Amino acid sequence: MQGPLIDTLARQGITRRTFLKYCATLASMMALPPTAGRAMAEAMAAARRPSVIWLPFQECTGCTESITRSHSPTIEGMIFDMISLDYQETLMAAAGHQAEAARANAMKENAGKYLLIVDGSIPLKMDGAYSCIGGRSNVDILKEAAAGCAAIVAMGSCASYGGIPKANPNPTGAVSVSDIVKDKPIVNIPGCPPIPVVMTGVLAHYLTFGSLPALDDKGRPKSFYGDTIHDRCYRRPFYDQGKFARTFDDEGARQGWCLFELGCKGPVTHNACATVKWNGGTSWPVESGHGCLGCSEPDFWDGGGFYKALSAPADPLKFAAAAAVVGAGAGVAVSFANRAKKSAARASHETTTLADLEK
Amino acid sequence: MTDLQFLTWVRGPGLNIAIGIFLLGVLWRLIEIYTLGRRKDLAAPRHAAGASGFHTVFRRSLPLPGMLKRSPVSYIGGYIFHAGLAIIVFLGAPHILLIKNLVGLSWPALPSQFIGLAAVVTMAAMVVVLADRINKPVKRFLSTFEDWFTWAVTFLPVLTGWMATQHLLLPYTQMLALHILSAEILLVVLPFSKLLHGFTLFGSRWYNGKVNAHKGVPV
Repeated sequence: MQGPLIDTLARQGITRRTFLKYCATLASMMALPPTAGRAMAEAMAAARRPSVIWLPFQECTGCTESITRSHSPTIEGMIFDMISLDYQETLMAAAGHQAEAARANAMKENAGKYLLIVDGSIPLKMDGAYSCIGGRSNVDILKEAAAGCAAIVAMGSCASYGGIPKANPNPTGAVSVSDIVKDKPIVNIPGCPPIPVVMTGVLAHYLTFGSLPALDDKGRPKSFYGDTIHDRCYRRPFYDQGKFARTFDDEGARQGWCLFELGCKGPVTHNACATVKWNGGTSWPVESGHGCLGCSEPDFWDGGGFYKALSAPADPLKFAAAAAVVGAGAGVAVSFANRAKKSAARASHETTTLADLEK
Repeated sequence: MTDLQFLTWVRGPGLNIAIGIFLLGVLWRLIEIYTLGRRKDLAAPRHAAGASGFHTVFRRSLPLPGMLKRSPVSYIGGYIFHAGLAIIVFLGAPHILLIKNLVGLSWPALPSQFIGLAAVVTMAAMVVVLADRINKPVKRFLSTFEDWFTWAVTFLPVLTGWMATQHLLLPYTQMLALHILSAEILLVVLPFSKLLHGFTLFGSRWYNGKVNAHKGVPV
């Protein structure tokens, strides 16, 4: 697959019109002006396979599965194929020293220009011994690869925020990419896994404008993570009307009412699931009847339980009974003290008689 | 600490501590107050129509003759914000869910837009009542730190809750966490301030009514 992207797409049966439509859609999804679609199409069509190095650390390969499989063979998958993916352990044919050599080679040939994609968190405990590739720790490989890259894409919640490996008590000392690399532009694409079109959207933006898209305070592209799931949810009217499913198989659940009471984290989760959906727009978690887990937010795993409503206590009350007993005890003790004070006052009271007054 | 960690803290340990202090304080003070007791009134009881503890519980919710005209802001503003607070706390869906999780009781909720409207009206009434307290020299003279402080801790949960649902100023997660935190501060302050009237109100009215009814005076 050599030459500009448009040639490769044409060989695979993608027409110019389809490609332009796709670019226009992508531009509108990213809230860019209409002209950006055209610019994007031109830039992407002419793009000559930027070198991409994908480093897998403490991860489950779910992010790779999401990008490469769930959308295949859609245009997103193909564009993803079009980049020069010089190192991706799951996808590459090479293995062992050959694979490591490919990475070293790509880093050398494209020094300062390659895009670094990272999925998985980086363990820091025991000098990073919890996760090693070719005898080198993840943190060591990341520092080396980050030094020569143009930008970093942290794919998935683990690379973005530490994710599930960082869940309490974080046995491996897992951290995110941005905890280690401070001097390179980093875009976080959190999600467990993230939505494929977000990935291609960021890639298209990078190819077109040579920069990363506008990011929010958590390093996520604003265009995809600007709204909460709750605000864009098609079940939102039921929330506003106070109509809730109370179990997964009650009348409310069958009517498609709001899943807030079943622990939906939509109100505090920023992601594009509600608008972009999954598997080519087929469905998304809430549409298939399960509340949002909040997977694109930092520390979602320790958010007080997936099936507890946001307004419900995150933990069972621990001190309530003890506090009630102490409070009642204090009340009784004070009342005894008050009674003693009254008795003492009564005992020391000297009765005034008429004779006293006449003195 | 991330937004979600802050939210999880206020929903977890924060709520634990706040409810603990609340229960401790309320039980302590109620037991202390109700065990104080008074000497038995040995005088022969008099009887008068409408003089009883029960009557007073209701009568004290109505203005004395002429008072509504003399102090309309206190009465009307007071009615509005108390009713508003009750509507928000007891008929908002997320609040009912919290109550259900804590004590197991639940009932139907009002639409969230209505709760939003109630919040706006409540805040407006509270601001008017506060302005009245500042403007009227006598009220201002009688006000202590506790009055200003309890106004603030009552107002903040309404304000932050409303701002969270309207997505104002801060991201929803942060504002929601601040809302829960402000409600927890209210829970902690309540037993040790004049806000305890939420619990003692009817008891003290009954007491006053009964003492005066014994003397044949409907109050």
